[in-house]
Amino acid sequence: MTALNIALVGNPNCGKTALFNLLTGSRQKVANYAGATVERKEGWFTTPAGRTVRLLDLPGAYSLNATSPDEAVTRDVCAGTYRGEAAPDLLVCVADATNLRLHLRFVLEMRALGRPVVLALNMIDAAQRNGMEIDLPRLQAEIGMPVVPTVGIRRDGARSLLERLDGAPPPVPVALPAGTDLHAMVRQILSDCVTHSTPLSDRVEERLDRWVLHPVWGPVILIVLLFFMFQAVFAWAQPLMDGIDAGMGWLGQQVGQLLPDGVLRSLIVDGVIAGAGSVVTFLPQILILFAWILVLEESGYLPRAAFLLDRLMSFAGLSGRSFIPLLSSFACAVPGVMATRTIQNPRDRLVTILIAPLMTCSARLPVYTLLIGAFIPHRNIAGFLNLQGLVLFGLYALGIVSAVVVARVLRWRNPDRQEATLLMELPAYRLPNPRDLALGLWERARIFLMRVGTTIVSLTVLLWGLSSFPAPPPGAPGPAIDWSLAGRIGHLMMPIFAPLGFNWQICVALIPGLAAREVAVGALATVYSLGSGTDTDQAALQLGQMLPTHWSMATALSLLAWYVYAPQCVATLAVIRRETASWRVVVLAAGYLFALAYVAAFLTYHIARMF
Amino acid sequence: MRLSDLPRGTDAVIDSVDDHGSTDPVAQRLRELGFVPGEAVRIVATAPLGGDPLAVRIGFTRFALRRTEAARVNVHTAGVQA
Repeated sequence: MTALNIALVGNPNCGKTALFNLLTGSRQKVANYAGATVERKEGWFTTPAGRTVRLLDLPGAYSLNATSPDEAVTRDVCAGTYRGEAAPDLLVCVADATNLRLHLRFVLEMRALGRPVVLALNMIDAAQRNGMEIDLPRLQAEIGMPVVPTVGIRRDGARSLLERLDGAPPPVPVALPAGTDLHAMVRQILSDCVTHSTPLSDRVEERLDRWVLHPVWGPVILIVLLFFMFQAVFAWAQPLMDGIDAGMGWLGQQVGQLLPDGVLRSLIVDGVIAGAGSVVTFLPQILILFAWILVLEESGYLPRAAFLLDRLMSFAGLSGRSFIPLLSSFACAVPGVMATRTIQNPRDRLVTILIAPLMTCSARLPVYTLLIGAFIPHRNIAGFLNLQGLVLFGLYALGIVSAVVVARVLRWRNPDRQEATLLMELPAYRLPNPRDLALGLWERARIFLMRVGTTIVSLTVLLWGLSSFPAPPPGAPGPAIDWSLAGRIGHLMMPIFAPLGFNWQICVALIPGLAAREVAVGALATVYSLGSGTDTDQAALQLGQMLPTHWSMATALSLLAWYVYAPQCVATLAVIRRETASWRVVVLAAGYLFALAYVAAFLTYHIARMF
Repeated sequence: MRLSDLPRGTDAVIDSVDDHGSTDPVAQRLRELGFVPGEAVRIVATAPLGGDPLAVRIGFTRFALRRTEAARVNVHTAGVQA
């Protein structure tokens, strides 16, 4: 017997994904729909009677009259017209039993599709707790399709649905006459089938929202939550990252001892292990950040944060949804770009992805610290302001201001046919379910390691090759990298970068710095033949003492300005490619960042030379 | 009265939703979400920094609307005929 194709459809926030996770467990595959950046989730399970089911979790939709790419996918798959997708044999329409006034209208829309539909009345337990009584036989008769109660977060919560799947195939519902007032029909059904015993104002949402959405307390609660979130990302992830870093270093040493000195050892230790190491060191930050974002999302808080921040973000022509991804980018643009999935509007998402690299990530700090420490005098201004701190603040501020400007220019260049809209549901508060959190985290980690990680490792190996070949002739003077392809490219780049005040040492260091920004510090140390490059702290200290004798102040300031914008992060570009499925966006991001970096460094260098 | 002019915490009933232009996806979506004549609404919160957007309760659902979106919805306060 062939597998039964079932598609799960329903409004956003109907608990569809929890039901999907309950039915399929970890037998899931996450990809994109062909020709779209909409996430496609598919899973498999076997019914108690032994039928194999292929279950598709369609994107949440309020209506078949689509207004977003997500909704268009849902509409076309339900209609069986999406290219490359099999038409579903059965639609399981999920509705939140506590929010039938909104969800039943979409259920009624399903009757026009000419496909068998089963209504899963989800979160039936919450409806009962809220004092709702639903007359299921009567609802089934009036809605015109089989109805099964489900609880997505309870172990046996899908039992009735599974029994229904093993029973006789449900009939195709009778289509409603054209022009039926679906809202009027929903009202009628609700007044016939549902009785309430608890007044609306006593619901948890009412009481919580009085605080959470309060004009004063709302922002206070938000700031406290964000404070803990970033405390977690920076402070809790750091020991794990240091541990992984040390572990990979140890692994490199062990492997290094096993292999004879030579190209193969260098390839494995400095190329593959170092590259893989830079990938997995990201993992603790990504997982901690995503654990927070998932909890905020599942609990229903994230849309409320977007509500509170909408006004602030509208200065950049964005909506409140863009705030968390951009804030995350101060830690690292990689999780920041991945977090843009919570932005439904495709254009807002694209703008957010493009400006995320302008948020000063933690990998830029070592470079900033080195240059500021070496060149900016340790002096107080107005008695209490430290000049070095001011410059660091200025670099962060420059990134933010540039992001606002870039976002506005992008909006102005591509005016939307539609006005900027928010129109966003503030869903019911829910306790996040551990299984859904675990599956969500696992999914993110896998995407990052498989899709982004492989790109980063390949590029790291490529950069290693450029920096290692050809090897210098025996007894050659100067650092080995100067003889390599990277060294030659660095010298070739000189005419381009000389107007910025960069010398050839900087140009050469920029190339391995592509792998990760902080690598540039180590690369500079290598170019100036300081130490072995393994003890970064020691090398940075020596560099700090030595650089002022080699570089002018203007060169240092110019390099700082370059780093505010510099698209020197392969990992960011790889994740942009993965998240947008478009090389065009990658080229656009790298291109505009390079142009801004060049202009900023050029201006800084020439203005600084006047003093 | 427009929904965007309704004071916070006042119960009102929807009269109509205006289209801006011949095809207005926002008005269309508002109607699909339940902003239809006869439905009870209430503004439960206004955002900091200028009171935009609004949090609106309709039926069992809450929506965040910008003022420009809420201005499409005509309402009268409950118990008073428009």
